[in-house]
Amino acid sequence: MTVTHEAHPGHRQSFLTRYIFSQDHKIIGLQYLFTSLFMAVVGGFLAMLIRMQLGFPTAKFYWAQWLFPGGFANNQIKPDFYLAVVTMHGTIMIFFVLTTALSGGFGNFLIPLQIGARDMAFPFMNMLSYWLYPPAIVVLLLSFFVSGGAPNAGWTSYPPLSALPNAAPGSGLGQTLWLISLAILIVAFLFGSLNYITTILQLRARGMSLLRMPLTIWGLLFTAILMLLSFPVLFAAAIMLLFDRLGGTSFFVPAGLVVGNTVIQHAGGSPLLWQHLFWFLGHPEVYVLILPPMGIVSEVLATHARKPIFGYPFMVGSMAAISFLSFVVWGHHMFVSGMHPLVGMAFMTTTLAIAIPSAVKTFNWLATLWRARIRFTTAMMFAIGFISLFVTGGLTGIFLGSPAIDIYVHDTYFVVAHFHFVMASAALFGIFAGTYHWFPKMFGRFMNERLGKWHFWLTFIGIYLTFFPMHFAGIAGMMRRIFSTGLYAHLQGLAWVNIFISLAAFMLGAAQLLFIWNLFASLVRGQRAPANPWGATTLEWQTSSPPPHGNFPGALPEVHRWPYDYSVPGAPEDFIPQTVPVTAVPAPVHGGSGEGPPGGKGQ
Amino acid sequence: MTGPASTLERPRRTPDLPIGPGGPSVATGDGGAAGQAPVGAALIAAWLLVAAITLLFAAFTATLLARRAEADWRGGPLPAVLWASTAVLLLSSGAMEWARAGGRRGRRDRLWAGLLLTLVLGVVFVGLQWTAWRQLVRIGVYMSTNPHSAFFYLLTGAHAVHVAGGLGWLAQALARTRRAASAAAAMAAVDPAAVYWHFLDVLWLYLFTILFAL
Repeated sequence: MTVTHEAHPGHRQSFLTRYIFSQDHKIIGLQYLFTSLFMAVVGGFLAMLIRMQLGFPTAKFYWAQWLFPGGFANNQIKPDFYLAVVTMHGTIMIFFVLTTALSGGFGNFLIPLQIGARDMAFPFMNMLSYWLYPPAIVVLLLSFFVSGGAPNAGWTSYPPLSALPNAAPGSGLGQTLWLISLAILIVAFLFGSLNYITTILQLRARGMSLLRMPLTIWGLLFTAILMLLSFPVLFAAAIMLLFDRLGGTSFFVPAGLVVGNTVIQHAGGSPLLWQHLFWFLGHPEVYVLILPPMGIVSEVLATHARKPIFGYPFMVGSMAAISFLSFVVWGHHMFVSGMHPLVGMAFMTTTLAIAIPSAVKTFNWLATLWRARIRFTTAMMFAIGFISLFVTGGLTGIFLGSPAIDIYVHDTYFVVAHFHFVMASAALFGIFAGTYHWFPKMFGRFMNERLGKWHFWLTFIGIYLTFFPMHFAGIAGMMRRIFSTGLYAHLQGLAWVNIFISLAAFMLGAAQLLFIWNLFASLVRGQRAPANPWGATTLEWQTSSPPPHGNFPGALPEVHRWPYDYSVPGAPEDFIPQTVPVTAVPAPVHGGSGEGPPGGKGQ
Repeated sequence: MTGPASTLERPRRTPDLPIGPGGPSVATGDGGAAGQAPVGAALIAAWLLVAAITLLFAAFTATLLARRAEADWRGGPLPAVLWASTAVLLLSSGAMEWARAGGRRGRRDRLWAGLLLTLVLGVVFVGLQWTAWRQLVRIGVYMSTNPHSAFFYLLTGAHAVHVAGGLGWLAQALARTRRAASAAAAMAAVDPAAVYWHFLDVLWLYLFTILFAL
């Protein structure tokens, strides 16, 4: 299991210890990324099933009947299987794609490289963190094949539907497997977070003070802190729910429930408690999904705009503020749960306060782009696209943060539209920007830019065409997780909207095949990349592509300046790596003062 | 997947790895059960773990407090053996401190003996908890009997699981103490385990209070 390296040069690791049970953070990061890609394909396919049903509720899908004999009847999707698909789409995309790709993938790959360390503080724990992820996937996907099928209580798994095994078809073994799978994954996240925080605090290269760290690292650090403090709460809730299901306790099950004409023998539990515990994780979780992209986007913008990031200290401060606030806003998911209006008011206040640091970041990004000589690489386009999606989704967040509006649109497609913009698509754009930007560093080859541009435009337009009309469907009263618009009179008129959304979603899904093709083709046939193809300043670009085992050949780098010395007047080139001493090229900016050169005009 | 172009084997100790600017040189982590992690890192990790477990039990006890407010809440029986297990756990914390005081004075034998005593007392504690559960089962108090018993089994069980992990950590610290070149070197492995162990002790006092004294 464990291999301690002996100190003799030329010693080759076996294939198994090098690529499978590797303790090298770069390999672990790539393992996380590729596994997340597999799960993204699964989750995206489920999304296509959702859109098939909502767009064309009366059509017959013979191939799907052949593929899911249990979930389809008469070549049409069964309502309970539809709910299972919705549940699994949400669960997979949030926990098994976005969290794992951003925190596990980019976190692992970038942290030691960008702070100038040889590896993580606890490589063995890092390996365990990855190897808990596949078992969690297996347990989760197993639920599709057990009696009753996958859980259908939604990704939030509210009791009593999720607490009583006979409440619904998917509330049986499938729900139990869901809880166990999440518990395994939470342990993996905990190991990862412990590692990231310790590594960032302990293993920074000489001269790498906190305020000389790239913003990616700040984003990943705050993410790790959020995960460390919020996931245990969901873990506790999952344990209690498992006991309710298997041990006959009543933590979340109220008295007097009747299921299938029999009175349930539970008493005194409170389903609301689950909601509080779940959202105490659930809200920080959406910031877990947006903080790393914020860091990645800051990095990509500065590099490809050839300008220092605007307002570096404020970028760090706003991340800290967002992280703190994320723990005190969970109640805005429960405005309709009968909470006291004063409590709702408090949660509204904290929720709207998040708009301030978010706006600070947005305007800083725009100011970074101001009068820059932008290189429109694919990574840059995705970074700019991120800002667009983040603003679009963030503005509807201000609507939803107000109880007066939220009580009306709660659990409608307005909410679905909101979080698909601000959390899902924006986080996905962060992943894409990061992938196109760091692919040369990961594999020593470029991704194809022409295909990348196609991928960007189709995805960007596809997202707006898919999710923007959902706002109108939601305001018109179309509820979340509804099986068909044909079920209610007031939804009949929305059939054409859903057809439109479905067609756009199919285009969006197809566009992702371009990305997958580009990714794998570039692995083999991509143009060779030099060590620093973008002319970037941070440490990972000062070593070879891909970096060797140990990251930096010879001695570890020394850091002499902040990471955003782009277009410094008087400098020989328009970027100065962090390793260049101040004596060689005078630094107009003392690490992290955040003031760019006037006018942003480089050489 | 392309691998690194060349493997650069890290020696067991790389002297060029400062902890932050100008810090002391430490060993890099090259993994393995021996855990060659940097000295300060394990201590930080221990405190982070304490923070995460605090949140776990905060969630449990928030649920308990909410449940207590219901009309049908009744306290449960208090197995007398819990007093003994509380005393044993307190003693084990004392043994740990006695061991560390020895370690700080460079007495590796006393460090080792104290750690062993801590470990034995920890095992006794888990045994006593087991006895308490057996006694409750004998008088017909199961997990699903009433809300108090549900929380009792949940909290003591979750705590016992963490104690079991702590026993593993103590065993590892013992092994490191045996292998360490000096008492000071051994202390680097003992201190994080001590943080965790004292935390479990305080956590138990808190759980005991919240289950029976409130």
